[in-house]
Amino acid sequence: MKNKLIIIITFSFLFFIFFIFYLSLDKEKNYNTKNLVGKKIENFELDLLFTNNKIEVNELSENNFTLINIWASWCAPCRKEHKYLILLKDNKKLKILGINFKDKKNNAKDFLKKLGDPYYYNAEDQSGKKSVKLGVYGIPESILINNELRIIKKFIGPLNNSNYEEILDIIN
Amino acid sequence: MKKNIIIFIYVFLNFNLSYAEIDSTEQINIYKNLRCLICQGQSIADSNSEFAQTIKLVVKDQIKEGKTESEIYKFLIEKYGEWIVYKPEFSMNNFFLWFLPYIVLVLGGIIIFNMVKNSRK
Repeated sequence: MKNKLIIIITFSFLFFIFFIFYLSLDKEKNYNTKNLVGKKIENFELDLLFTNNKIEVNELSENNFTLINIWASWCAPCRKEHKYLILLKDNKKLKILGINFKDKKNNAKDFLKKLGDPYYYNAEDQSGKKSVKLGVYGIPESILINNELRIIKKFIGPLNNSNYEEILDIIN
Repeated sequence: MKKNIIIFIYVFLNFNLSYAEIDSTEQINIYKNLRCLICQGQSIADSNSEFAQTIKLVVKDQIKEGKTESEIYKFLIEKYGEWIVYKPEFSMNNFFLWFLPYIVLVLGGIIIFNMVKNSRK
């Protein structure tokens, strides 16, 4: 009787371990905020980068699609992805909101002068606190939203050619 | 004498210790329960990363606005998922996370009790 109990407990324990591994081993291990896809972004104000005006996030609902790109002049991968933003700049269905993150205005100006300015709106987030409202944890990050301010896709890290094609597919 | 008076006035005017920002106990408790998402295993309290510094500012602002600890966690979980909080709030999804250690403790206790009882017979 005692032996039977030990065998049952051992097998139950092994089965439990196997079950946990089966459930967990193929789960996405790298942290990401893709859980935000489908959610609406909250309304908040952003200071514009080159003027003293402000923009409210709600204003973005005037556009079919908006790509919110969080960038900085000191960010090397931001340089790498910039050409795709320039390519997207003239697309009539999309407007790009650039949020300059923890940067100096002059450096941001130089960056855009050298590499081109793809942004329809140029905003800033000196402290980084506003970007937290978008679930940003590193840069560059790009968030594609529709006219209901719903997140359609989040691109963590620099945009690449495949992301660029994906954006074109979504907005067309 | 004149020198001493100048030194005294200077020290007196700089007696304001709050030039150094001291985090409150409530702030520190919250920081310790938040995970730094770009660090390897550090809390927001321990990390010097940019992300950690930003989250600290956000938490400070929310405390000033009168938000409770629970509301602050809810806001951050909404943006970053449950992973940002070390101690997730209890729900049916994490029932085993919370209760399994106690269940194993009780079961283990019963097994040991039975083994000791049987060995005495």
